[in-house]
Amino acid sequence: MSGLPPRLAALLSLLAGDPQADRAVPPTGFTATLTLLTAAAMTFLAVFALALSLATGRLADRWADELANTATLRISAPAEQMAAQTRTALEVLGQTPGIASARPLEDAEEAALLEPWFGPGLPLDALPIPRLIEITETGEGYDAAGLRARLQAEVPGAMLDDHTRWREPLVAAAGRVRLLGWTALLLIAGSMAAMITLAAQSALAANAQVIRVLRLIGARDTYIARAFVRRFTLRTLMGAAIGMVLGALALVLLPDAGDAGGFLTGLGPQGAEWLWLPLLPLLAAATAFAATRAAALRTLERQA
Amino acid sequence: MKPGDTFGIRTRQQTKGLAVIELSEVAYSYGGGALFSSLSLALAPGSFHFLTGPSGSGKTTLMKLLYADLRPTSGEAWLFDQPVSAMGREEVTLARRRIGVVHQDVAFLDHLSLAENIGLPLTVSGRGAEAAQYVPDLLAWVGLSHRAEARPPELSGGERQRAALARAVIGAPDVVLADEPTGNVDWAMSQRLLTLLIELNRMGTAVLVATHDLNLIRQSKAQGVVARTLRLKEGQLMAAGAEL
Repeated sequence: MSGLPPRLAALLSLLAGDPQADRAVPPTGFTATLTLLTAAAMTFLAVFALALSLATGRLADRWADELANTATLRISAPAEQMAAQTRTALEVLGQTPGIASARPLEDAEEAALLEPWFGPGLPLDALPIPRLIEITETGEGYDAAGLRARLQAEVPGAMLDDHTRWREPLVAAAGRVRLLGWTALLLIAGSMAAMITLAAQSALAANAQVIRVLRLIGARDTYIARAFVRRFTLRTLMGAAIGMVLGALALVLLPDAGDAGGFLTGLGPQGAEWLWLPLLPLLAAATAFAATRAAALRTLERQA
Repeated sequence: MKPGDTFGIRTRQQTKGLAVIELSEVAYSYGGGALFSSLSLALAPGSFHFLTGPSGSGKTTLMKLLYADLRPTSGEAWLFDQPVSAMGREEVTLARRRIGVVHQDVAFLDHLSLAENIGLPLTVSGRGAEAAQYVPDLLAWVGLSHRAEARPPELSGGERQRAALARAVIGAPDVVLADEPTGNVDWAMSQRLLTLLIELNRMGTAVLVATHDLNLIRQSKAQGVVARTLRLKEGQLMAAGAEL
């Protein structure tokens, strides 16, 4: 392990362990069970927090991508002026820098949009339905205020909707939920560190006599701490792996409600996102390593 | 010889490099009372000392000062030419690897076998492989081969003392400090334990034995050991008198 950074080498050496050193500290049944259960429960929760973050992240990205570069021009005009205003609008749009394309929706497309509310077979000809023009922007975008002013002058029945009004709150909401997911992950990690610290301190206090004997025969604090740290790190790793597997199973077994379920049924990670899950036990073990080491060295310092 | 002498080695300047452990004008107080006010003692390499004194005279406290389990109220203790007052906990720990200690209230790790307990000083100093080599011989010497796999709570008082001596010497320490090492064993076993200490001493280990057993002291002289016998009384250390 000479090519590895010193800290990583120390961690790997710790996990590889020294069976004789481990035996110097007696097995601690209660704290062992507590650590295992805590790690399993916290990682189970962490799986859902992570899934929530990933799902809301996907949702926010999708909304942003789908809506960011499009706008809709709605023309409400008397039937006899509709064709003329549509033509003028298309000319104006064609001359506006930052607009890649503008396309009036076909009657069939408009009917499809209205079908969820009015049912199939809607007689568009008989109804004063506005004409919709789908606008696609270039990467640079267009001057919305300038375009509105020009349309107001040349196409009185036109109303430009660049989706900002309802897109931004949705994207912001999704971003907040994603932030909440990451915050939950941090809180879970913090809670787990606190619980493992308490368990480690309890184990150290229960073994004060053992520590005294070890010191009298020449055991260094790092040797004593190492036995505790390795034990708690491995227990946490094992508990977290169990929690991760159970959490992943729960996500896989979420009922599929198809498109109607939308966000809820899309909660599970997708594709490469599943690779995040095995990182959770490793992060839990790293948290336990840091928390137990700090607790052990602090307690040993106090017991000196 | 007067109280306060370091028994042939008078000043710190003169003892530098000559004593493995030294107390220099050490005072120790607790509970508002002074147990020692100015006590000096130097253990030279290869020396053999007996420490006697009435119960409550402070023999165990003196032993604890010698291996830095207690720190002097004033004066200075020296471990291998290092002033204890300037040593950190890690340095004291490393120095203890060179000191074998037998306590009166000997403590073991109850979840380990006797053999593992005896090998522990080697294990904690990264020499665990050597333990397998030395433990069986030491167990045989102290008459505990048949108890190798026993847990400490299963041992009698005498067996615990013999085990404590085996644990104290397994690392071939520079100094052995033994507090009543033969208190609970029969005469034949006390002779075996004494012989073990004498053999270690002949190999250069400094030995200090605190004991009430005057026969043990006489027996060591009979085996040709040149031992100093010190008496601790009323906070003063002096050469033992004609009772020996």
